[in-house]
Amino acid sequence: MRTKIETNNVHLHYGDFHALKGINMQIPERTVTALIGPSGCGKSSYLRLFNRMNDLIDGVRIDGKILIDNTDIYAIPQSEVDRLRRKVGMVFQKPNPFPKTIFENVAYGLRVNGLKDKKLIEGQVEKALRQAALWEEVKDKLKKSAFELSGGQQQRLCIARAMAIEPSILLMDEPASALDPISTGKIEELIYELKSNFTIIIVTHNMQQASRVSDYTGFFLLGELIEFDETKKIFRNPEKQQTENYITGRFG
Amino acid sequence: MGRLVERSAEGLIKACGFASALIVLLIVFFLFKEGISFLNSSPVEDHYALFVHSGNPVTQLDEGQIKDLFDKKITNWNQLTNYEYPVVLLTAGDLERLFTPEQLGKNLEYLNACVAHYIDTVPGTLAYFSERQLGLSPAIRIVPVPNISLWKFLSGRQWFPTAQPAAIMGTLPLILGTLLVSLLAILIALPLGLAAAIYLAEIADPRMRNILKPVIELLSGIPSVVYGFFGLVVIVPFIQNLFGLPVGETALAGSFLLAIMALPTIITVSEDAIRTCPIAVKEASLALGASHWQTIFRVILPYASSGITAAAILGIGRAVGETMAVLMVTGNAALMPTSLTQPVRTIPATIAAELGEASFGGLHFKALFALGCLLFLITLVTNLLVERTTSKSRKS
Repeated sequence: MRTKIETNNVHLHYGDFHALKGINMQIPERTVTALIGPSGCGKSSYLRLFNRMNDLIDGVRIDGKILIDNTDIYAIPQSEVDRLRRKVGMVFQKPNPFPKTIFENVAYGLRVNGLKDKKLIEGQVEKALRQAALWEEVKDKLKKSAFELSGGQQQRLCIARAMAIEPSILLMDEPASALDPISTGKIEELIYELKSNFTIIIVTHNMQQASRVSDYTGFFLLGELIEFDETKKIFRNPEKQQTENYITGRFG
Repeated sequence: MGRLVERSAEGLIKACGFASALIVLLIVFFLFKEGISFLNSSPVEDHYALFVHSGNPVTQLDEGQIKDLFDKKITNWNQLTNYEYPVVLLTAGDLERLFTPEQLGKNLEYLNACVAHYIDTVPGTLAYFSERQLGLSPAIRIVPVPNISLWKFLSGRQWFPTAQPAAIMGTLPLILGTLLVSLLAILIALPLGLAAAIYLAEIADPRMRNILKPVIELLSGIPSVVYGFFGLVVIVPFIQNLFGLPVGETALAGSFLLAIMALPTIITVSEDAIRTCPIAVKEASLALGASHWQTIFRVILPYASSGITAAAILGIGRAVGETMAVLMVTGNAALMPTSLTQPVRTIPATIAAELGEASFGGLHFKALFALGCLLFLITLVTNLLVERTTSKSRKS
């Protein structure tokens, strides 16, 4: 399998705080990778490196190499960052729809990228909503405010919004942590289906979720990547004692 | 014991809430009670009346005609009715000139006879006397003066509240002056204020923001007289020179000054509104490849729209209600505004300037209260309009 994302000896500092300590990882194309670890271990910070979301935080310093499709994404000029983010979609921890209609939420990414053809936008919006398994629920109320949807629907709307611009990578930062078990189940099913088209990286606190949806798992602890391997191996036969302790719930 | 304290605190808070709501309502009630009582009263002072020869066919005189008669713009009755006599004015001031003290008698006891005789011999006389001093006799009659109507009050083009014998109270020039000055002010202030708010909230680096924000907040605390002084010394001469005007005290000067005064409020309130946009929503936009500017205009501003509406309403409220500074720089001529480089007079400036000279409870005093009601209604209507247009645009 082709390597989609590669990080070489990545360090991240927030001011004096050393948040990531020399992370090396190779993520193959069209797979789901789960990042697990206790709160504050750096997994979300790591995830946000791939679409340069950490740039927004004051006093952040990044060393090392992060390659997507063999391009160092921190070597590109600032003007290319928007283009990078079109390629790397992101779903956040809490549903964060825009104060717009359901339709406009999904169309937003297309519009800001300069698409004006009405038919084309409509087609893309429907496709994205279908991919996010939300179309049947919202097709009659596309003109309604996105805030009228339930939390689970809002989160799937956010997934549709991210997919509408057809990224090749989808970053998910605890996408189900604010949802009830039924909505969580739907999102997990979705992740499973999406992996044939996208390279997905998901941060989660939920061990079962990680083992259910992912092909690869990386375990973070205090800013270090303790272990990165196939999910089966991590959950059945981890190499490191710390990994086993965390997975079996002995700490964390 | 603890429960008792809680209960009494609860009661106290409830009482305070009721009391303040009641006070607000009472103020509005009081304002309208005083203001409305002004309508349907006579423009002529109480107990005074206008007298003419009983052969004079004139049916009634309104306050405009009375002013023209006493200003000698109407010199012959044929300009008003078919009565071919020149107008001769007779007021208490003329008595000494026309009659000897003996003729008038002690305590003016023969005044009635003297005036009646005078009117009888001079058929064109228009006399203005107290009804107590001048009883009716066959030779003279009272000309009725119509009461002040709401329509006349709103559409009259002349404002002479102290004119004698009949006050002229048309508020159209004042209403238009107020609207002109404040709308122009808000048109200047809103884009500038919004731009400044966006700059402060989204673009300025934190150090710059920490300096600018307190300074701007400080500006909103400057008393309006000080702003007025600034306007008088800086803006008025500037406009005078710029347009080559004889006087710089114009509607434009007022608008500029009001815009400057409304800026701090607009900036602070809309900046706060812009900052309420959650970081998560901003990040979602950026994560979709939107640029910073696209994020500001397509996500952050719509998110902040209700706060920006509040800023606009507060700004308009400040502009419409501002008194002192406007009084100082607009020239205060109660004329129909025809251009921006002309003096105008606003409603609040009128109230402030004239309340001191209006006798308490008199017609002029009540007219000023009615002006206050009008001002209240203008701000109410503009607020409702702003609210409605923004809620409409938010829905679509």
